[in-house]
Amino acid sequence: MEFLTQMLGADVARMVVGLIAIIALVSVNALFLIWMERKVAAHMQLRPGPMEVGWHGAVQTVADAVKLMGKELITPTDVDRPVYHLAPIVIFLPVLLSFLVIPFSQTLIIRDMNVGVLLILAFASLTVLAILMAGWASNNKYSVLGAIRSVAQTVAYEIPLLITLMSPILMVGSFSLADIVAAQERYWFVLTQPLAFILYIVCATAETNRAPFDLPEAESELVAGFHTEYSGMKFGLFFLAEYTNMFIVSALATIFFLGGWRGPFLPGIFWFLIKVYAIIFLLMWFRWTFPRVRFDQLITFAWKILIPLAFANLLITALIMKLR
Amino acid sequence: MEKKTGEPLISFGLLTEALNLARANSLWPMTFGLACCAIEMMAAGMARFDMDRFGAGVFRPSPRQCDLMIVAGTISKKMGPPLVRLYEQMAAPKWVIALGNCAISGGPFYYPDQYAIIPGADLIIPVDVYVPGCPPRPEGLLESILVLEEKITKRGRLRKFRNVKG
Repeated sequence: MEFLTQMLGADVARMVVGLIAIIALVSVNALFLIWMERKVAAHMQLRPGPMEVGWHGAVQTVADAVKLMGKELITPTDVDRPVYHLAPIVIFLPVLLSFLVIPFSQTLIIRDMNVGVLLILAFASLTVLAILMAGWASNNKYSVLGAIRSVAQTVAYEIPLLITLMSPILMVGSFSLADIVAAQERYWFVLTQPLAFILYIVCATAETNRAPFDLPEAESELVAGFHTEYSGMKFGLFFLAEYTNMFIVSALATIFFLGGWRGPFLPGIFWFLIKVYAIIFLLMWFRWTFPRVRFDQLITFAWKILIPLAFANLLITALIMKLR
Repeated sequence: MEKKTGEPLISFGLLTEALNLARANSLWPMTFGLACCAIEMMAAGMARFDMDRFGAGVFRPSPRQCDLMIVAGTISKKMGPPLVRLYEQMAAPKWVIALGNCAISGGPFYYPDQYAIIPGADLIIPVDVYVPGCPPRPEGLLESILVLEEKITKRGRLRKFRNVKG
């Protein structure tokens, strides 16, 4: 670290180390999460799940990843080539960049920006663009339908997500994620904002396109949705981005409502990861116990229930903050 | 580039072996069933049998993303062309299991002058492992996946880390 600092200067050294740490975290996290997903799914269905590849299937995902790298990359004849090749990268980059502002512990944060929340949410909306690119470029009716559904769904759910996050921001008075964690010194915001927490979890599930809101890739109607035509590691990147997205929305929930890295005895980073993985487990629990909703139910739910509730929550919070 | 003995002319040694080991341990099957044997295939994926133990439980709906086609059931003449098309849509290292008597040789539906079925999947696509039975039990399918793993790694299952000739 000191050598790097001398060679490149403090700012560049920080960027290099930060990026390497992010890439390492993203890969290890995705490998772990996919294994966890398969184990959770299996135990919910009374079966053991991956058992033979490593201890309780621990290296199963490594085998999957190596296999995906060794697979043929098919480019169908009539695809829109530049867009088709670009989509897996476009979905992955913003996900990577969102890690810049997440405070993993009191000191472990790459860059504490005063617009941290806005940065993450702005990058999160880029995911829609990538999905639309993938679906449109594939020149496949299932892909296009999946992409269209994804756009409608994400646009609808981004609004309550933003408004919900506004209530804790109103209480803190800052967009910086470190400030929001610092403000939860006495109590977690889930105690004062329980409705916002529930709304956020629902919106986050929809935002990451997971069951019961996984209509963009509903396999019983749309084959594999927007990534139907992708094979090998290109498909692997979509997979990686989905699981990293899950980590980011769970990290946001942790920071906003569960006190971030705060906790007794253990160092902050452990508490942060414990809380994040607890929320991810909740999302997986949703996926394997709830049936998929219909598309009209999905959109109606967002516009008629979630958005009014989020607005009401914001108004009440503003009123209390004003009168206090 | 293969000599007649089945040994490849050029071998990348460790890389090939590592890739083959990974491929053998993550055979993602296609969500694809033709007739009653598909019910046994579903049973093999559920509790009690659980193909996911061997890494073969991720049923991918898109042929682009799967490695293994399980031809589970009778292939009618009408279904033949779509079957070939699905096989051709799969990405390169791909394997086929013919599940049940119908997929092997037409089973009970085959008789002289019949006009409706294709007697055997190997008449239209290359088949790696045959599983006899009408229908085979889920254990049969599990065994066929293990045999396919042996075929891919060219090693015995219990002797995973020792070279075996043949």
